[in-house]
Amino acid sequence: MSDKPSIQEFIPKEAPRRYSSQDFDRDVDPARDDFNEGLQLPDINSSPMYINIGPTHPATHGTFRVYARLEGETVEKAGVDVGYLHRGFEKIVEIKQYNQIIPYTDRLNYCSGLTNNVAFCKAVERMMGLEITPRTVAIRVIIMEIQRIMDHMICCGTTIVDIGALTNFWYFYNARDKLNDVLEALTGARLTYTYTRVGGLAWDLPAGWRDNVKAAIKEVPAAIADVRGLVAKNRIFQDRTRGVGVISGEDAINFGWTGPCLRASGVDLDLRKVRPYYGYDQLEFDVPIGANGDAYDRLLVRIAEMEESLKIIHQMIDRVPDGPINVDDKTVTLPEKHDVHRSMEALINHFKLVIGGVQPPPGRIYDATETPNGELGFYIISDGSGHPYRIKVRPPCFYTMNTLKFLVEGGMVADIVAILGGLNVIAGELDR
Amino acid sequence: MATKETPKHDALVAEMKQRFGAAILDVDRSFDDCTVILDKGKLHDVLAYLKNERRFNLLLDIGGVDCLELKQYRERFEVVYMLYSIADDLRLRLEVPVSELDMNVPTATDLWKSANWAEREAFEMFGFNFVGHPCLKRLLTHHEFVGHPLRKDYPLMGGQWCATTSDMTEELNEPA
Repeated sequence: MSDKPSIQEFIPKEAPRRYSSQDFDRDVDPARDDFNEGLQLPDINSSPMYINIGPTHPATHGTFRVYARLEGETVEKAGVDVGYLHRGFEKIVEIKQYNQIIPYTDRLNYCSGLTNNVAFCKAVERMMGLEITPRTVAIRVIIMEIQRIMDHMICCGTTIVDIGALTNFWYFYNARDKLNDVLEALTGARLTYTYTRVGGLAWDLPAGWRDNVKAAIKEVPAAIADVRGLVAKNRIFQDRTRGVGVISGEDAINFGWTGPCLRASGVDLDLRKVRPYYGYDQLEFDVPIGANGDAYDRLLVRIAEMEESLKIIHQMIDRVPDGPINVDDKTVTLPEKHDVHRSMEALINHFKLVIGGVQPPPGRIYDATETPNGELGFYIISDGSGHPYRIKVRPPCFYTMNTLKFLVEGGMVADIVAILGGLNVIAGELDR
Repeated sequence: MATKETPKHDALVAEMKQRFGAAILDVDRSFDDCTVILDKGKLHDVLAYLKNERRFNLLLDIGGVDCLELKQYRERFEVVYMLYSIADDLRLRLEVPVSELDMNVPTATDLWKSANWAEREAFEMFGFNFVGHPCLKRLLTHHEFVGHPLRKDYPLMGGQWCATTSDMTEELNEPA
């Protein structure tokens, strides 16, 4: 005989008890047959209904909450609650050195981290009066435009998914994945790249990288054509987005809009054109402008911008000059590792730069860059030390999100999703 | 180094000095930016003048500064306005010293709607009281949060226990 428990022990001795609806408390259990007897439900046709959309709704692409008062299916009033992703960016950077802040900027708009890296370094470099090398300029332009394509692919792809069309998502994401492979070969990361440094770049292009880029961007026009063919003249898509969330150019400016959302309302404002940096004035590209300022235009402007970014990459990819990538300034650029191990001066230089950091002169600067979402600005106050005294970020989608309340009021509940996607609100940038 | 903005800035600053006189405390032209340091009393007049007569139609941002640890400053706090004129392609920055003893600042929400959330953020981070703002509540921090975290005397480490969901009636009833 063994001591092992027999299978019999696991079979219940009594038949399982069957519960009836009479076992439950009348007030709490809707399973009771007489649950609704004498219950006064509000008349949903005449009284308003309050609902929460978010903070974890899949269509919010991040965490924020829309609290809405519905009259039937119409949004009568709405309130927007943000800050669920507030991480205190502006507080933590006050104790960091300038080069240590670059990883934090990746987490602002995490769909296009490289653009934020470049925007921040550009501000600090202007403050220090540094002129970065032509090779770095060319590489920064290429990576920024790759990121613009990738950011617009996420925005358009997910927005059209939210309003019910899944296929376009895969067309965009196949092409986007190829681009991400290229950036992974360059930076070693697929989301938080941290590739730029004040005065240059972390390292040079790997061998054969430009051929990889050329191969990867070959897939983009086909993806754009596929998605455009699916949605642009699609009756269902037009019904969902045309005339939805309309805002005039004047109102959009008053609300502080910039970038593709403002251009969809017919205002021709692109910082790459009006105040060119990094030689954008010598490149040939157009700025797509929308006509009606509705959700449809905001998506189609983004798709058209992807084609313009492709033009820029085609022009720049064979024009990357040879030469150094970092400025020749010992107070900014770390010395070569080979020299650090062999010369005292280089070792001291390395030590001073790591401990003290890059030190811009005392003063204040505001520098803005055209990122995929609009104008990303950094207001930096330096007190001459290695840490910034204060950094204020001007996130583009903070101001489009401010407008959401006014765009959705008076529309249908389902339109909230269509409007929200087209604004491309990124919670990391919104809440900082 | 002069840029193509410089002559426009010269003309604008000259006109502002003539018009507002002693309210213009100083002008800072470093790094090719143009910053006008302005007395708080004339702030709303200057903003209205810039919006209505000088076509500064885009209020880009409102930020606060706590000058507690700076070597030189006029008052403890500053409110900073970033303005942009699309028609003239001109940027301007206003810096307004605000005393710790009187944190009232006139609102800009009647001129630009973008000031709505920007002022709410400046309020919660520094404690400015924007007089006339339609809904001056905390925006990014929790509604039970105590203190103004971007002040220099607010500790970097530590946390607060905030548990309840905010009632959003005020935002809901805010006029469009």
